[in-house]
Amino acid sequence: MVGFNPDHGLFSYGLGALPPDWPGNYWLHWGLFVIIIIVFVLAMVMAFIYFERRGLGRLQVRLGPNRVGPFGILQPVADAIKILLKEDIVPAKGDKLVHWWAPVVAFAPALMIFAVIPFENGALLADLNIGILYIVAVSSVSVVGVFMAAWSCNNKFSLIGAMRTVAQIVSYEIPLGFSIIGVALIAGSLSMNEIVTSQNIPFILLQPLGFLIYFISACAEMNRTPFDLMEAESEIVDGYHIEYSGMKFAMFYLAEYVEALAISAIITTLFLSGWKGPLLPPFLWFLIKVVLIFFAIVWVRGTIPRIRVDQLMAFAWKCLLPLALINLFITGIEVIVLPQPLPWLIVFLNLAIMAILVLLWSKFFKLGGGRVEV
Amino acid sequence: MLANYGYIGLFLVVAVLFAVSTLLLPLFLRFIHIIPHKPNPIKNSTYECGMETVGKTWVQFNFRYYFYALLFVLFDVVVIFLYPWSVTLRQLANPAFIEMFIFIFIIAVGYIYAWRKKVLEWK
Repeated sequence: MVGFNPDHGLFSYGLGALPPDWPGNYWLHWGLFVIIIIVFVLAMVMAFIYFERRGLGRLQVRLGPNRVGPFGILQPVADAIKILLKEDIVPAKGDKLVHWWAPVVAFAPALMIFAVIPFENGALLADLNIGILYIVAVSSVSVVGVFMAAWSCNNKFSLIGAMRTVAQIVSYEIPLGFSIIGVALIAGSLSMNEIVTSQNIPFILLQPLGFLIYFISACAEMNRTPFDLMEAESEIVDGYHIEYSGMKFAMFYLAEYVEALAISAIITTLFLSGWKGPLLPPFLWFLIKVVLIFFAIVWVRGTIPRIRVDQLMAFAWKCLLPLALINLFITGIEVIVLPQPLPWLIVFLNLAIMAILVLLWSKFFKLGGGRVEV
Repeated sequence: MLANYGYIGLFLVVAVLFAVSTLLLPLFLRFIHIIPHKPNPIKNSTYECGMETVGKTWVQFNFRYYFYALLFVLFDVVVIFLYPWSVTLRQLANPAFIEMFIFIFIIAVGYIYAWRKKVLEWK
């Protein structure tokens, strides 16, 4: 790493710039990035599992796993080996074929998201010009795998969990889509790489409300704790993967964390200006931001208790959706009225608008107790 | 651009193969007797906290979010129209903005109607 040039980066070496129609180069690019993505995802998932269990332990004033290896670092490895050696139990009354394929359908789309995540300038597997649309499309396929798993078990708990999941994902998909459009409006492109290059100011400042809506909906999409009704341990005993054991269960577990990693990477790319940053090499900036966002997700998990189904649905349809629509039009007006690179002053205006809207809507909603009635 | 979709397609193959091979690994380990395989009727029965399961599971479910599904389709179509609009808004400027405002206003009327009719309550 002598004489490191942040403009070229760790992986690029001009690979992203070469014409992809040259056969040898095509396969080289593809092979390189498939290996990078799989290694990156597996390594980060291991790190995240450790990080989440330790961090959650710290947030709940307990130690967390600290026995395997120094500071419990080898805990994910121990878990993986243990889970690999478990007996595979298939419910006798279940649908065996669907039961077998469900983990694949749940896992593959989560991994597919990384095809369009730029690790550095131009360093991504496929620079689609509809990158973010592709992500929205692919990431919602995972729920099919979850539903397959729940249905194939022939178990009432898991079916209830799956019904809740479908309702939840159907509801939160809408504010998710709308909040992304705010970013696309300012960037003027749907390509992930161009969205990053157009961020002179990180979009979290230009789109504070959009960021908030995206973050909450994304947490709901990947079923993290404030929204994990589908696996609510206390009522439906882990929901959709109740009848799964061994490696099939591990696939669901893995898919959940890959999704968390993907959401962190997407938020980094859309709102935190991706690999951009001073001094440090771009890939490191990307990594730091991903870990920061994941820390926020763990923090939310450690702080907020699980919410009720009616509250969940009301929050999506009566709070997030109107806010997302308002945000969309405010952004549209700003894009039309103001000159091309949006001026710095707009940041304060947007923050003020966000504060006013959130306060206004929080007057309508009392999620603390009783039924939600608006 | 087509070459990029080739990357995506090939990556899909890799992702599925990765998942399938991870699931085949325990089958192989079972074959060489590292993983136990001793099924019995109790173990393979449906888990319901120790109770015998009553009745069928694959029944017609109370589809209480029928209206949510309808609204979802409505707004998903809107989102699809909004993506191309959002990319070209700078060039198209005011007319496009007003048109989209009218379009969303019409849909918002339906949304407010659904809200007033208490469709958005989870009962």
